[in-house]
Amino acid sequence: MDYSISKEYVLLRKTVREFAEKEIAPVVEDMDREGKFPHENIKKMAKLGFMGLPISKKYGGSGTGMLGYCIAAEEIGKVCSSHGTILGAHTSLCCMPIEMFGTEEQKQKYLIPLAKGEKIGAFALTEPNAGSDAAAIETTAVRDGDHYILSGTKIWITNGDIADVVIVLTVTDKALGARGGVTAFIVEKGTPGFSVGTLEDKMGIRGSSTAELIFEDCNVPKENVLGDVGAGFIVFMKGLDCGRLALAAGCVGGAQACLDASIKFATTRVQFGKPIWENQAIQWMIADMATEIYAARQMVYHAVWLKENDQRFTKESAMCKLFASEVLGRVIDTAVQIHGGMGYMKKFPIERMYRDARVARIYEGTSEVQRLVIANMIRREVL
Amino acid sequence: MKFIVCIKQVPDTTNVKIDKRTGRLIREGIPSIINPEDKNALEVALRLKEEFGGEVIVISMGPPQADEALREAIAIGADRAILLTDRAFAGADTMATAYSLGSAIKKIGKYDLVLCGRQAIDGDTAQVGPQLAEFLSIPQITYVLEVNIEDNKIIAIQELEDKRVKWEADLPALLTVTAEANKPRYPSAYGIMSAYKEKEVEIWKMKDLDVDEKRIGMDGSPTSVKRIFSPEPKGKGEIIKDEPKKAAEILFNRLRAKNIL
Ligand SMILES: Cc1cc2nc3c(=O)[nH]c(=O)nc-3n(C[C@H](O)[C@H](O)[C@H](O)COP(=O)(O)OP(=O)(O)OC[C@H]3O[C@@H](n4cnc5c(N)ncnc54)[C@H](O)[C@@H]3O)c2cc1C
Repeated sequence: MDYSISKEYVLLRKTVREFAEKEIAPVVEDMDREGKFPHENIKKMAKLGFMGLPISKKYGGSGTGMLGYCIAAEEIGKVCSSHGTILGAHTSLCCMPIEMFGTEEQKQKYLIPLAKGEKIGAFALTEPNAGSDAAAIETTAVRDGDHYILSGTKIWITNGDIADVVIVLTVTDKALGARGGVTAFIVEKGTPGFSVGTLEDKMGIRGSSTAELIFEDCNVPKENVLGDVGAGFIVFMKGLDCGRLALAAGCVGGAQACLDASIKFATTRVQFGKPIWENQAIQWMIADMATEIYAARQMVYHAVWLKENDQRFTKESAMCKLFASEVLGRVIDTAVQIHGGMGYMKKFPIERMYRDARVARIYEGTSEVQRLVIANMIRREVL
Repeated sequence: MKFIVCIKQVPDTTNVKIDKRTGRLIREGIPSIINPEDKNALEVALRLKEEFGGEVIVISMGPPQADEALREAIAIGADRAILLTDRAFAGADTMATAYSLGSAIKKIGKYDLVLCGRQAIDGDTAQVGPQLAEFLSIPQITYVLEVNIEDNKIIAIQELEDKRVKWEADLPALLTVTAEANKPRYPSAYGIMSAYKEKEVEIWKMKDLDVDEKRIGMDGSPTSVKRIFSPEPKGKGEIIKDEPKKAAEILFNRLRAKNIL
């Protein structure tokens, strides 16, 4: 068993950390307040190959594998969940499915510019009547010669308004439902009949945009079917396996940042004539935070190892997402407690981190849905 | 054009502690980095390469671990990396270092520009660049802030404490570059992967160079360290708050009492 990380990944971690501290940290507060999308930083990240980390070099990516991608997600997660969310939706949910399921033509046309970050990607599943119950989607795609006509509305789509390329899940055969009746399409911005609706105002991750996407008799060529017709659910499940893992890595980073801030605060804040750190009550909080983060991090990198070694990791990635997002929730809550009133004030980053962290237990499948996935996998193993 | 950038791997002294007893840096647990101003020098070279074409070669003298610094330089954009590493080079002062680097640069062959950082954060001498230029018998411009190449001449702005001076020199020449010259780019993720998976760092030993053994390493170093100590921090300044005429008088008397005036 070898837990060491080779030198290229040590350098990658150092690089992303420095980038996050120097380029991302200074804009976070403004981004949060104004709900501004960090266009400048995404351009810088594109130049450094951060928008296509796990994608192979052949298709414009950096070839860092899942390990490099998760290391980057962890480092970015320490500083800004909005950047992490933008990166995650683009990479895990748009680039990776195209690399896994796309035709050579689709990869040439869409994946290369996406992985280079010249184009931004999104993934559209959720609808007003289909959240956790993904099979309940109502957006339809009807074959018409060498085209499909898409009709329906997607909501809460990360990067939806700025994306040049969106993977859209549709119903092609209602009778077959999730098993054979759902098809994924690659839809380009500017396709007639495709428009962006309202943008959400959110509690947290306010620098990432969350948009409604409207499809009204939107003509998409049949060459843009991603994966096989009727196999849309596989595209989405495989994409989510990776997405959840990167998301979990981001949660580990976020939790680590909370811990670091809490240690700093606890050792400098003096009450009753001594740093609050000197109270065992505070020490236990810190010890618990550190322990949970350690556990979450090991889970994430073990699941990464499974993926990199071509083993199944669906159950493990759901476990990582579930555990790491809940650890983040507990850790940020404790961090606010350690900071006292200061943790509640907008002038201190803890307040924003508290708001930002909450969504991790909801998107890419709620905690309940992760438990459902895990239980289903266990049932399959034992029954 | 051929650009040669000399880089040094140094301990990241921004958070370094000093052993009170020996006066030396405590190196354990301190990460090694590329000397910051060497990154500025590399950035100058990369920008000139982007403008005029050519090749950027990074060279370092140091222990085998300096391989990391060179690979980082490749990830940032250098085309070729050479590491001078040999027990015989160990213990070199600035003169022996400049001699060894210079010998390696001569072996590389024809070049247009040698670039160094202004100074290294571990030694702070700012000597290797100038000594190297002397050894290579080429013109040098130190403390460079801005650079341009016109008609095979280098035109550089030198940043001094109280003024900026514009210099012109024939190529080949050597520049030492300051931190203010530019903002060094980050290594790219694909550059990092390639630096470790596709590129090689060339290892040059003493026997690969045409050197006089007496001029390298400890033997070739006339400098000897007499004592290492942390200077006492200077006392706090005092502000004489009074009306200008009175304040001047107080100051005058104080300086006179100390025999300064
Ligand atoms: C900021 C943000 C960004 C998003 N980005 C995207 C995106 O890019 N693309 C995209 O397609 N979607 C996106 N989503 C949507 C997200 O994936 C869904 O919100 C999520 O899957 C949950 O669906 P829901 O909100 O409809 O909740 P619901 O499904 O309505 O669930 C409500 C509650 O009921 C629980 N519940 C539901 N079913 C069960 C069950 N069977 N057993 C136990 N409990 C259950 C849930 O866990 C939850 O607690 C985003 C959401 C947010 C908030």
